[in-house]
Amino acid sequence: MLSSLQPPRTLSRFPSKPIYLFRKTSLKPLSSQPITNSTLTDQSQSQTHSQILSIRHSLLCGQLTATQLVESFLTRLRQTEPHLRSFLHVSDTVLRQANELDEKIKRNEEVGPLAGVLVGVKDNICTAGMPSTGGSRILEGYQPPFDATAVRKIKELGGIVVGKTNLDEFGMGSTTEGSAFQVTANPWDVSRVPGGSSGGSAAAVSARQCVVSLGSDTGGSVRQPASFCGVVGLKPTYGRVSRFGLMAYASSLDVIGCFGSSVEDAGILLQAISGHDKLDATSSKQEVPDFTSQFISLNLLESKPLKGLRIGLIRETLDDGVDSGVNSAIRGAASHLEELGCSVSEVSLPSFSLGLPAYYILASSESSSNLSRYDGVRYGNQVTADELNALYGDSRAKGFGHEVKMRILMGTYALSAGYYDAYYKRAQQVRTIIQKSFKAALDEHDILISPAAPSAAYKIGEKKNDPLAMYAGDIMTVNVNLAGLPALVLPCGFVDGGSAGLPVGLQMIGAPFDEEKLLKVGHVFEQTLQNCRFVPPIITDDVAS
Amino acid sequence: MASTVFRSLQSFPFCLHPTTLFRRKNGIFYCTIKGKHSQTATQEKQTSNVKVSSHPAIKTLDKILKDYEAIIGIETHVQLSTLTKAFCNCPYNYGSPPNTSVCPVCMGLPGALPVLNSKVIDSAIKVGLALNCKLSLNSKFDRKQYFYPDLPKGYQISQFDIPIATGGFIDLDLPVEFGGGHRRFGITRVHMEEDAGKLLHSDSGSYSQVDLNRAGVPLLEIVSEPDMRNGIEAAEYAAELQRLVRYLGVGNGNMQEGSLRCDVNISIRPIGQSQFGTKVEIKNLNSFSSVSRAIDFEISRQVQLHSQGQGDQIVQETRLWEEGAQKTVTMRKKEGLADYRYFPEPDLPGVILTDEYVKDIHNSLPELPEIKRRRYEKMGLSMQDVLFLANDINVAKYFDATIAKGADVKLAANWIMGDIAAYMKNEKLTIDEIKLTPQELAELIASIKAGTISGKIGKEILFELLAKGGTVKGIIEEKDLVQIIDPAEIEKMVDKVLLDNPKQLEQYRGGKTKLQGYFAGQVMKASKGKANPGLLNKILLEKLNAKSS
Repeated sequence: MLSSLQPPRTLSRFPSKPIYLFRKTSLKPLSSQPITNSTLTDQSQSQTHSQILSIRHSLLCGQLTATQLVESFLTRLRQTEPHLRSFLHVSDTVLRQANELDEKIKRNEEVGPLAGVLVGVKDNICTAGMPSTGGSRILEGYQPPFDATAVRKIKELGGIVVGKTNLDEFGMGSTTEGSAFQVTANPWDVSRVPGGSSGGSAAAVSARQCVVSLGSDTGGSVRQPASFCGVVGLKPTYGRVSRFGLMAYASSLDVIGCFGSSVEDAGILLQAISGHDKLDATSSKQEVPDFTSQFISLNLLESKPLKGLRIGLIRETLDDGVDSGVNSAIRGAASHLEELGCSVSEVSLPSFSLGLPAYYILASSESSSNLSRYDGVRYGNQVTADELNALYGDSRAKGFGHEVKMRILMGTYALSAGYYDAYYKRAQQVRTIIQKSFKAALDEHDILISPAAPSAAYKIGEKKNDPLAMYAGDIMTVNVNLAGLPALVLPCGFVDGGSAGLPVGLQMIGAPFDEEKLLKVGHVFEQTLQNCRFVPPIITDDVAS
Repeated sequence: MASTVFRSLQSFPFCLHPTTLFRRKNGIFYCTIKGKHSQTATQEKQTSNVKVSSHPAIKTLDKILKDYEAIIGIETHVQLSTLTKAFCNCPYNYGSPPNTSVCPVCMGLPGALPVLNSKVIDSAIKVGLALNCKLSLNSKFDRKQYFYPDLPKGYQISQFDIPIATGGFIDLDLPVEFGGGHRRFGITRVHMEEDAGKLLHSDSGSYSQVDLNRAGVPLLEIVSEPDMRNGIEAAEYAAELQRLVRYLGVGNGNMQEGSLRCDVNISIRPIGQSQFGTKVEIKNLNSFSSVSRAIDFEISRQVQLHSQGQGDQIVQETRLWEEGAQKTVTMRKKEGLADYRYFPEPDLPGVILTDEYVKDIHNSLPELPEIKRRRYEKMGLSMQDVLFLANDINVAKYFDATIAKGADVKLAANWIMGDIAAYMKNEKLTIDEIKLTPQELAELIASIKAGTISGKIGKEILFELLAKGGTVKGIIEEKDLVQIIDPAEIEKMVDKVLLDNPKQLEQYRGGKTKLQGYFAGQVMKASKGKANPGLLNKILLEKLNAKSS
């Protein structure tokens, strides 16, 4: 069922020594930190650095004003956006906010840790006074009166919301083709999908239209696009980040996640948005550790920095149906981890294949309920009707797209009297089995690894009329949501495709609330992955033609 | 926050959104559905028959009714008077202007999440315990899904398969005027849920508006066993629930405001038949008497149909009680069971109670109406008195406080039920608002009993205390009202009155003994009402009769 249309991967070599990956595009000369106006577009340093820390450094040292910084991002956004279409809305107050920040810096006032950091926010996350449509016609023009908790926290720390990123309608999809408004392109090859549903957020970070971005992950919607777009995607433990203000798709699976161009950025962003929220009863009171303290810079690393760490490679994720290029990239990543001192062994999760059907039943069931509020009565688009049922029916028929309707119907069916036990209840039982099998595997291992998706980014339209093929692509990620675990996806190699190859993401799965370990390992992995820059051609090449 | 929610429509608090003004042609809303269900002449006649007892037809109906029994169960929704709504921080005050007590959560805005108000659990536990139920230490919330404009989320947060309390009972005493008697009715379950908003229909019927102030207000749904057999029992069941809710302080139980709403399920069957008849639901019962009258009407209607061989015309439906016409009419016929597609509410964690927590609440419960009534009964009060005193927790508290100060039980009851109740009624005051304290009432009763003041003076003092407060002793001293119990002093006054009224004295001695009252009045007047009436009469009689002999 999985795509095997692409030719054998020749580019996904993961040579044993030294760790080396190459891109077709020529790298520009290295420049040193701190970041400058010119280096912002020129991400060709040898190591992956935190953009957030560079920005902070540059702003506080006076090497760059916030206005200059913001303008350089906006310029790139303007240049690339016609080809990518990652934003549904771009804020018109960004420059004003940058200006205010400059004033603040001039007055020597304290600025927050995210000062000047441009953040893209997935459009299913509410932002006060800014459109928040969830990618749906039914909410076209809707502006929430409040900020999602995650957004509020980012703003409080000085972050600037640059705009709202495209997505599959209400997060339902894996390509971002399911947006009611536009199709987003993959910065690595604009004929390909960026993944989804957080495709806009992934593409925007990949193309450096913003520094970091928020996505949401119900069944892989942060991790799969991160893999497709060659950026870092972090799905926190369920409950780590408040869902208040996230338009619910499947409440028991939804989490807000982070995109960054480096592990450190994703960690800093997670730090900003984590923690209990009295507005979300499912948010955890678990203490939030300092994720950033885990990061050790490359020159301080020992020869075997991850010595003693037990890594489990999930056998079922490298079965048939997984692209051979992806397979070898992941095996290469495993060897890399071994070289860093980890002990890597294969681990079997026998219930793995059950995850997909269980996920689609549970997610559809919850979504059929969560989307009931879009009835056209209080907000959003409403169709004029003669009577109440027609008002509901027509507003929803016109407001929702195909995929959403299909899931509402599936979910309504699964919850109906007489079917509940066979579908919803059974899927919940499967969920418990999956949770147990993950727990057992994580008792034996510190981290489990797998691909983030069975293939690299595919062509726009390729799976549009084959929902089952699209659903099958979620096999690597849905189990993690069912178990509520944290997972980090970071680029680990390339497969052939596009002008510069297509990135492949490695998924690292941790124990509940152990994002700290994931970030630490991910950071070491990223720092030691040599000559492998995940900067898409759209900002280095002249592909904008 | 709420004020910015409805885009630019804050200036029209009554008109949420143009979208709320949906037009409709056919009767979606119950208020427009006039009973198409044909009301036969016999049914009309029945109604009047019920009232006119002298009518010969009533006798036949009465006779027929004797061959049937009615099976009645009640679903009651009790609004909890928590400071804030069940799942958000909005306050709820009955009668606020439309859509002024709303927020993203209770309006069901995208991204808003419910967070449970723990006071709702406390109230549910209290009611569950008071109804002698078994509590579920591990319960949860579920979503009940249906579309209606007053239900912002498209589902109601409720409890489905694991209600917080199950399997209890309630004890009550029927009023003496209805024959009295003790009853115990089973309670099937108690569960927590949220209220919906309200639809306001335009006069023209061309549009409706939504007021979401009530949306999200916590409710307890209390489902009874089908243990009631007539309107009085049902009405008393509802009244006892109201009493319980007020005793527990969890709600105001006001039926007119909709804080206590009863939906009645009723079926009839010939006596001796074990199979139940077809169940009919009655809504729109806004008072205890409408509960009672609606049920009695419905029993007559069903029995009439059944006895005439038209039992198949009793169909499963929801009927509306029309207060004006004093009859029930069809609201909607049920086409099979609605599928609410219940499933566990994923936005709320499970409700887990510990034994200690429940025990603490149990220990904090006040004395409940049934226990109070049994205690009063043991004190020797009549059932009439018991029911009166225990009816209102504040009256009961007042009474208890009065006797705690040593007042005579029967006298205290009489004062409270008599002059004090009358005063409260006239002045439209509650017992908490009168100025007379239980302490002073006890003092007053003691002063009369001890003879310090007369009953008559006592009454005067009472009204003074009710209106202005103060102490019995203070008023007695201030107005010099101490009763004269010195026989010599009274004798002096009697002598003076007799001396001053020679004519009347002559008439009395001539046989017009009725004049005794006149003399007594004169003496009392002379004593400024302070003479002990017993002594006065005794001395007066002695004097009147002594001189005649």
